[in-house]
Amino acid sequence: MGGGAETFYGVIRRQGITRRSFHKFCSLTATSLGLGPLAASQIANALETKPRVPVIWMHGLECTCCSESFIRSAHPLVKDVVLSMISLDYDALIMAAAGHQAEAIIEEIRAKYKGEYVLAVEGNAPLNEGGMFCIDGGKPFVEKLRAMAEDSMAIIAWGTCAAWGCVQAAKPNPTWATPIDKVITNKPIIKVPGCPPIAEVMTALVTFITTFGKLPELDRQGRPKMFYSQRIHDKCYRRPHFDAGQFVEGWDDESARKGYCLYKMGCKGPTTYNACSAVRWNGGVSFPIQSGHGCFGCSEDGFWDKGSFYDRLTTIRQFGIEANADQIGMAAAGAVGLAVAAHAAVTAAKRLTRNPGSVAQEK
Amino acid sequence: MDKSPQALTAAVAAVAVRSGRRAERGVVYVYEAPVRLWHWINAAAILVLGLSGYFIGSAIPTMPGEASDNFLFGYIRFAHFFAGYVLTLGFLLRIYWAFMGNPHAKQIFYVPLWRKSYWREVWHEIRWYAFVAAEPKKYVAHNPLAQLAMFFMFTLAIAFMIITGFALYAQGTGNDSWQYKLFGWVFSIWPNSQDVHTWHHLGLWMIVTFALIHIYTAVREDIVSRQSIVSSIISGEREFRD
Repeated sequence: MGGGAETFYGVIRRQGITRRSFHKFCSLTATSLGLGPLAASQIANALETKPRVPVIWMHGLECTCCSESFIRSAHPLVKDVVLSMISLDYDALIMAAAGHQAEAIIEEIRAKYKGEYVLAVEGNAPLNEGGMFCIDGGKPFVEKLRAMAEDSMAIIAWGTCAAWGCVQAAKPNPTWATPIDKVITNKPIIKVPGCPPIAEVMTALVTFITTFGKLPELDRQGRPKMFYSQRIHDKCYRRPHFDAGQFVEGWDDESARKGYCLYKMGCKGPTTYNACSAVRWNGGVSFPIQSGHGCFGCSEDGFWDKGSFYDRLTTIRQFGIEANADQIGMAAAGAVGLAVAAHAAVTAAKRLTRNPGSVAQEK
Repeated sequence: MDKSPQALTAAVAAVAVRSGRRAERGVVYVYEAPVRLWHWINAAAILVLGLSGYFIGSAIPTMPGEASDNFLFGYIRFAHFFAGYVLTLGFLLRIYWAFMGNPHAKQIFYVPLWRKSYWREVWHEIRWYAFVAAEPKKYVAHNPLAQLAMFFMFTLAIAFMIITGFALYAQGTGNDSWQYKLFGWVFSIWPNSQDVHTWHHLGLWMIVTFALIHIYTAVREDIVSRQSIVSSIISGEREFRD
């Protein structure tokens, strides 16, 4: 690690790739991107002259599942990302340096590549008690985050922790765990939610930024459109069973064995934006629904606070009791129905008990 | 059509005679044809939307056979979306008619909260429904309390359902669709669309509750208040029976 000034070309030459192969790669890339014939030499020029993007990878309040996912990427292999494409200058999890040596690197990168490095943040910052619930290198993590964000080019918010808050921000959130975009408001932030995000999504995003030197197009929620513009439901291979009305109604019923839709078992696929049903996990082997379990909606905001993972309708806690929309609605409609019936009864009683004289007068 | 001067004069005369006859019978023309037509189409759309919406939320018992032989849930969702479009178009035309129609056509779109006399009359209506006031006041269109309920429980509720409904629909049509461009801002309020589903679902029960009260009071006032209510939304005429 270190040596952020090296170019992509320099690194691959050192790894024994010929200049001829390098140019083949550039032409192939230009062709596959649908660019004109001149683009190949432009790409070659960029890769020969532009220094690799320095990346600082920080860990806040989190469980490291994002890193665990990241290192399992198959396309591209994570070793290619870490050793060739980017210059991963600081990552507490996989760096060789430790202690003061490691902390020295972070200051050095900040000074040397001011406004040029990408800050990748895994986890979020707890703000309660001045940030004392997450201490990193002897200081509250939130201070380190603010300082490093100040001079960064952009921030990648890895995982649901950094993007939305996740489990540590679930009610009652005692540490005030706060997603990155609520702490840092003056930098472009790319949210890559998921608990963890898909490995290939993470590496592909890094590849995109290093290849094009810009950030991908983001949606309304700040997520890269290329991976988060469709729901699990939209590309689910069990979707035909949904449209047919064929649902699993118990974990051991005939429908479960036949692989029917898990909608009634509380699958959150219809409300979850992620690439699981397209990219899948572990090198395209499977994903939760393929394994017979509904989607948790782990890449969505506040997914821990929406009641059971196995209920179709969301639990609503505002009424003091745990109920869903149907229970609350039926109770309200029932109460009004009773009131209407009682009102009608009183109206009828009043008309019947009115003294006959007044009725006669009216008529 | 015959557009000769004589025919036109005859038509004008006929209208004059009709309204003259109405006055003789103690009848006022309140609900114009577009309002009545909208009312019943809207009622039918709400019935379809409510039933199909309930089944979308709770899902149907599983269907036997091959997936390729069934499309029931697809049809239920189609019915919901189709009725949703009918309701929305109807609502837009109804807003248009609020400007084009008679003064009563505007009534469900506003509440004169700033008018003191309005609140006095609301208070009288509350007393009437609480069996305290002995005699109801007569109103040509909605009474002040009905106007209040109509605005908050119907007009606003339907607008809320249209907005959240199209936002949810945009999830299926995709982020490049016009539905998403127009209604995607809903997901800036609730980033997790699961919440939008929940609110949309609560909206269903709001409208069910409204329908209960609406139908009950219409029938009750028709009997007790000595004026036509139920037949008025068919004929358009409000008849005062004493």
